[in-house]
Amino acid sequence: MTLDTFLSLTTNGLSVSSILLLVGLGLSVTFGIMGVINFAIGGFIMIGGYMVYVVQGIIFAHYAGNDSFAIFLLALPFAFFAAGFIGFILEKSLIRFLYAKPYESMLATWGVSLIFQQLARNVFGSNNVVVNTPVMLSGGLHVIGGFQIPYNRLFILSLSIVAIVGVYCYLYRTNSGRKIRAVMQNRNMSACLGIPTGRIDSFTFAFGSGLAGIAGCALSLLGPIGPSMGEHYIVDAFMVVVLGGVGSLAGTIGGSLVIGMLSPYLEFITTSSMGRALVFIFVIILLQWKPEGLFVLRNRALD
Amino acid sequence: MENFIRKNLIVIFLVILASVVLFLPIYYVNLFGKYFVFAIIAVGIDIIWGYTGILSLGQGVFFSLGAYCMAMYLKLQTGALPDFMVWSGFKSVPYFLSLFANAWFAIPMAIILPMLLAVIISVPIFRSNIKGVYFSILTEALALVFSLVFIAQQSYTGGSSGITDFQSLFGYSLGSSDTIRGLFLITAAVLIGIYLLIEWMLSSQLGKILVAIRDGENRLKFLGYDTIRYKVFIFTLSAGIMGLAGALFVPQIGIVSPATFGIFFSIEMVIWVAVGGRGTLIGAIIGAIVVSGIKTFSSGIFPEGWLYILGGLFILVTIVFPGGIMGIWKRYKVFEQVNLDKKFLKDLNEEK
Amino acid sequence: MPAKKNLKYVISIGVIILVVIILFVVLRKHSSVKTAGKKPIYVGVLHSLTGTMAMSEIPVKNATLLAIDQINAKGGLLGRKIVPVIEDGASDPSTFAQKAKDLILKHHVSAIFGCWTSASRKAVLPVVQEYDNLLFYPVQYEGLEDSKNIIYLGSTPNQQIMPAVSWLLKKGYKKFYLIGSNYVFPRVANMIIKEQLKAEGGTLVGEQYTPLGSTDFSTIITKIKAAKPDVIFNTLNGSSNVAFFKQLMSAGITPKDIPVMSVSIAEVEVKGIGPKYLVGDYAAWNYFMSMKSKRNAAFIKNYQAKFGKNAVVDNPMEAGYFGVYLWAAAVKKADSTNINKVRQAIRGISFKAPQGLVKVDPINNQTWQKVLIGKVEPNGQFKIVWKSSKSVRPKPFPSLISDEKVTAPGVIVKRKNWKRCYEGNCLK
Repeated sequence: MTLDTFLSLTTNGLSVSSILLLVGLGLSVTFGIMGVINFAIGGFIMIGGYMVYVVQGIIFAHYAGNDSFAIFLLALPFAFFAAGFIGFILEKSLIRFLYAKPYESMLATWGVSLIFQQLARNVFGSNNVVVNTPVMLSGGLHVIGGFQIPYNRLFILSLSIVAIVGVYCYLYRTNSGRKIRAVMQNRNMSACLGIPTGRIDSFTFAFGSGLAGIAGCALSLLGPIGPSMGEHYIVDAFMVVVLGGVGSLAGTIGGSLVIGMLSPYLEFITTSSMGRALVFIFVIILLQWKPEGLFVLRNRALD
Repeated sequence: MENFIRKNLIVIFLVILASVVLFLPIYYVNLFGKYFVFAIIAVGIDIIWGYTGILSLGQGVFFSLGAYCMAMYLKLQTGALPDFMVWSGFKSVPYFLSLFANAWFAIPMAIILPMLLAVIISVPIFRSNIKGVYFSILTEALALVFSLVFIAQQSYTGGSSGITDFQSLFGYSLGSSDTIRGLFLITAAVLIGIYLLIEWMLSSQLGKILVAIRDGENRLKFLGYDTIRYKVFIFTLSAGIMGLAGALFVPQIGIVSPATFGIFFSIEMVIWVAVGGRGTLIGAIIGAIVVSGIKTFSSGIFPEGWLYILGGLFILVTIVFPGGIMGIWKRYKVFEQVNLDKKFLKDLNEEK
Repeated sequence: MPAKKNLKYVISIGVIILVVIILFVVLRKHSSVKTAGKKPIYVGVLHSLTGTMAMSEIPVKNATLLAIDQINAKGGLLGRKIVPVIEDGASDPSTFAQKAKDLILKHHVSAIFGCWTSASRKAVLPVVQEYDNLLFYPVQYEGLEDSKNIIYLGSTPNQQIMPAVSWLLKKGYKKFYLIGSNYVFPRVANMIIKEQLKAEGGTLVGEQYTPLGSTDFSTIITKIKAAKPDVIFNTLNGSSNVAFFKQLMSAGITPKDIPVMSVSIAEVEVKGIGPKYLVGDYAAWNYFMSMKSKRNAAFIKNYQAKFGKNAVVDNPMEAGYFGVYLWAAAVKKADSTNINKVRQAIRGISFKAPQGLVKVDPINNQTWQKVLIGKVEPNGQFKIVWKSSKSVRPKPFPSLISDEKVTAPGVIVKRKNWKRCYEGNCLK
């Protein structure tokens, strides 16, 4: 393996980790705080992807520079709020009946994701829609020799760093973030102390959905935008959560790094499908050793 | 008499249904053969999810293993080298696969292999005390691993095209109406047999322990039961039922492809049970037949609508009708409560 | 109380019997053939309307329906109306097999137009053979197959892949990198290409397969960069192509450095990927939307009038369209929809399709077509850079990798005195 190959595998791994991190953050917090497994997360990724298309291909369709970086940046808040808003509605109408019922929430949100997919097909057509990568993000940064870091992967990486710093500051430095952590640790006690748990729940769910929307934007730089674009990432994202430990920020980062970084190397050594299979086998074995995940919140309760 | 009818209402129903279906055009015989295979699957899901509270989203793996064993036999029995092996440059069938040319090896393997895999998987997972949704997510990942591996190992498994173009089973041409009717009858008999066997098993002490695992595993542990052993047993039994269903599925459908390994199919199985009513074998059987009936019907007249219907079903049965069809039925108290936990609570209240 | 309870059992058994009887009557009636007046001719249209192949197959379904509508508008066939029965294969081979069975046994269709992937065709093949029906298959494929129950409207390897490889070699592209989806078509296609490279003086620098529908190509692109090929030969199918071309460009590989020759990318896919990622890349087909002819202009006009004025058409769609006309011509010639008579009549029949004259080979049920190589233009159309001087005879069993040949539809025999490729070093 040459230095070039090694470096580009590492960048690839980092960008895969970034996307998994964006998706996994929302999942982990929702599971930690409400005991809800959200299989509809693929749908929110898809909403984010389609928002890039809506901004670039519909709102600014007649503007010549619609593949500029500025317009792509504009799509980010669009995707965040659109996915967040739909997440909010979903929480109010459906998820709140499913608190602390992980099995039921799993099945119900799977149903939601099927409906999302078919809706996307009926609204946008079953074809993939085209999104042009901003000119500024095509090409790459030359480092050494023939190796270049593609700008779009660099951008995705920085996007997730911004997101993780933002989430950290929010959870650990602000008042409402503290409330979220309080509800996560002990719902009843928080409610007794006057924290509006219901509002916290819907807000957190919407926030997690919004992050998945951002991940969808990032994915639009790499692959197709279509009704089933999010499905590919569901299992990976949940493995991140399980591996990292539920509700832990550090765990989600750790989990996404392990899964994201392992896959390009294993794929390089074997083939792409065997590589992916090996990653999962590795994670399953790892879980034998740490069944609660790598970073687990201490909890003395047995049941 | 009354007692007999009440206990065996579903058997009577299946026997009537099967004998009527036999006189329908051959197309419907084949279709109901498929539905009955699904009903067998649903029974296998219900014993682990409905009764023991273990939700596996990877049962499709065991089903597909059974199906591939059968398909391998159907393909290799002629002695010719299968086309996908030719394309991969094989001169002869690899030794470990050539064993499958023998029905006496292949058909038992369709049940043994899934059970073996279930033991290998479930012992370490249950030992390290992974349960609940963690178990579900792990089995989901497992389904993904298997579908990836089966697609990647094209030279042995036929890749994403799967294995197809079977001619005959034990000398009977698979396309002929008589063979289709015969296979349908065998499937119906297997379904009824499995139902009676499981019903008998669950009415024994074992059934009560399984439900106790579902409702309070730790308490059962404190009482001195080795719950892991029970969980491994029931999971393995379920895998065996899945494999058997797979083996019955292939000759009727005429093709096996890695799609059945996928997560979609595994979750669809769960919804059959949920729609029928988890924790009741009758519900599982009826749910499988009803949901796949709706699927056939809706995809014929409105193909795009099927996902809406399926998605809606998922939401409906989790939020509005958690008891499924049997739950609605039970409100009219036609059947005695089958849910042991509720019965137990009732007894407890009466004692008080 | 007990009496009441008993009544309930009687009622519930009664309900069960009633349900079963209703089911019986409805299904019986449903499947009986209506025989009033001049009954219509039913044909099956079997494509994936959902799932990963939907984006490619829905347009083919539309083109097939267009042809049926046109024939009906001109008074139908044998004075009868053609009624299409549309079924969804859902991108899954076993669903295709099931639906083909539905079409034949339940709807009693006279022919089936459909399938896209080789997996779906191979799933339908035993069904149409068992119940003796006809499948019209509109897509180019890998060969090594011939059935008396399938009319192959797309190209065989010697009508697409092999001329494309020869053309590339002549242009001076010697080092090939092969990338494909992991299933029959790319595997066999690449087997042929590897033999051809050996025979015609090219070299193979790498070969990679990804699962259908996969979207992460970063690792493969890293491998491609390390191998430094002259040209990439692409047999990826479906939405994977979008991810592949986007990531190829962002990794800094442009068509100027390493052009890509694709055999599964036509106008519809170019539109879906975005032309800017493909400008300068090549594709080999038998029809391009940019072909200049009256018939082609009419075809495009009619299609766009029906399915939107921005709709693009491509080779499989055109094949789906002329397939209906070939079948109709055979039915007319046979003066019957009887499968056996139609099968006899279709041998050697020809039709003036948008691409020019196409003819069904009398020996092997495949079609004679011209070969075209196109270069992607910024507007998403192909500029034709090479075309074969005349129609090429279809050869489903390329002699490079196979020791078999077809002597009559569905009859495959071993060639005499031919090297056995499977046993020699023909295959690795």
